[in-house]
Amino acid sequence: MNSLEFTSLIAAGSLLGGFLGALTGLGGGVVVVPMLTLIFHVDIHYAIGAALVSVIATSSGAAAAYVREGYSNIRVGMFLEIATTLGALTGAALVLHLHASVIAVIFGAVLIYSAYASLHHSQHATQDLGPDKIATWLHMDSTYPAAGKLESYHVRGVPAGFALMFVAGVLSGLLGIGSGAVKVLAMDRAMKLPFKVSTTTSNFMIGVTAAAGAGIYLSRGYIDPGLAMPVMLGVLVGSLAGARVLAVAQARVLRILFATVIGALAIEMIYSGLAGKF
Amino acid sequence: MTGPTEQADKKIDEWMGLLLRAGVVLAATLVLTGGALYLVRHPAPLINYRVFQGEPPDFRTIHGIATEAKAFSARGLIQLGLLILIATPVARVAFSVFAFTYERDWKYVCFTLVVLGLLIYSLFGQT
Repeated sequence: MNSLEFTSLIAAGSLLGGFLGALTGLGGGVVVVPMLTLIFHVDIHYAIGAALVSVIATSSGAAAAYVREGYSNIRVGMFLEIATTLGALTGAALVLHLHASVIAVIFGAVLIYSAYASLHHSQHATQDLGPDKIATWLHMDSTYPAAGKLESYHVRGVPAGFALMFVAGVLSGLLGIGSGAVKVLAMDRAMKLPFKVSTTTSNFMIGVTAAAGAGIYLSRGYIDPGLAMPVMLGVLVGSLAGARVLAVAQARVLRILFATVIGALAIEMIYSGLAGKF
Repeated sequence: MTGPTEQADKKIDEWMGLLLRAGVVLAATLVLTGGALYLVRHPAPLINYRVFQGEPPDFRTIHGIATEAKAFSARGLIQLGLLILIATPVARVAFSVFAFTYERDWKYVCFTLVVLGLLIYSLFGQT
């Protein structure tokens, strides 16, 4: 296979990955890493390096559109970024000491959780439980646009959210993914943020978290230009297209289909990891 | 939270959106240019991705990447684009330091400085 063929195939796969990642809210990284390792037999270190770079591109591109809508809570985001960046630095440092097979098995487990979460994510209105001492001290309570007016909400469970965000950061730095599923879990369930606010704030944070991991990957030599180029461009274009389609189409069927594909990839990752194929 | 802060927040959000978009567009342009050059100059694969070797210092230090990109090396241009991409969220955080200073929210100036410090450590702390 020459460079052009290799690059075109990787770009096409990344485009599809970015498209499906945006439609389902899982992000491009979760498709790109299994694709590169299982299909193209790329070493997992190169794969997570390229995937993490594409995560930054997607997050920054989408955040530019989200922030204007006024849903994201920048104070919650910035405070929790302390936890996610610390986690990402820890995760990126762990990559050095863990065997590729172990990383593959962890990746598979996280994939299964993400696929499950993408199917069972209820959009129920989170009950507002009133003000909380820590959140008030941190000026976290805010408003968001709902039905033409500004709806105010109270933030709770800051310590639990902070701890979960650290875990999300570790997974991001270790696996080269945005770990949006864990971020939404932290803000939705632990901190009781309204659904729209938690998803947009999560997207807002993914870029900063990924940048912390990517800085380490770059200086350790995990980011190869020849591989990262088609992955980054493919995922970026694919996710922009996916976001467009999402705005006009019901993605329920695609979501189920994609979750099935992700589940199969997850099992393959775990099997290959346990069989020592990495 | 009172009205004026909300308004300032919204303005900050808009500026951040612009900053992020500009970073991504610049990065993608550089990666695309470098990528086209790369395919023209290296028709045969340079690297066997099955075995991890790690990049040479030319492509993993800021100094090395800058030197390569100035020489118009294809891979140097791609790496420069990726470096700018990584720097975009860092610039957003740096911008937030000023934004929270403007709002005189010292607590958040501190939090943001911590995040900025961690990000700078990840980029420069290894070499």
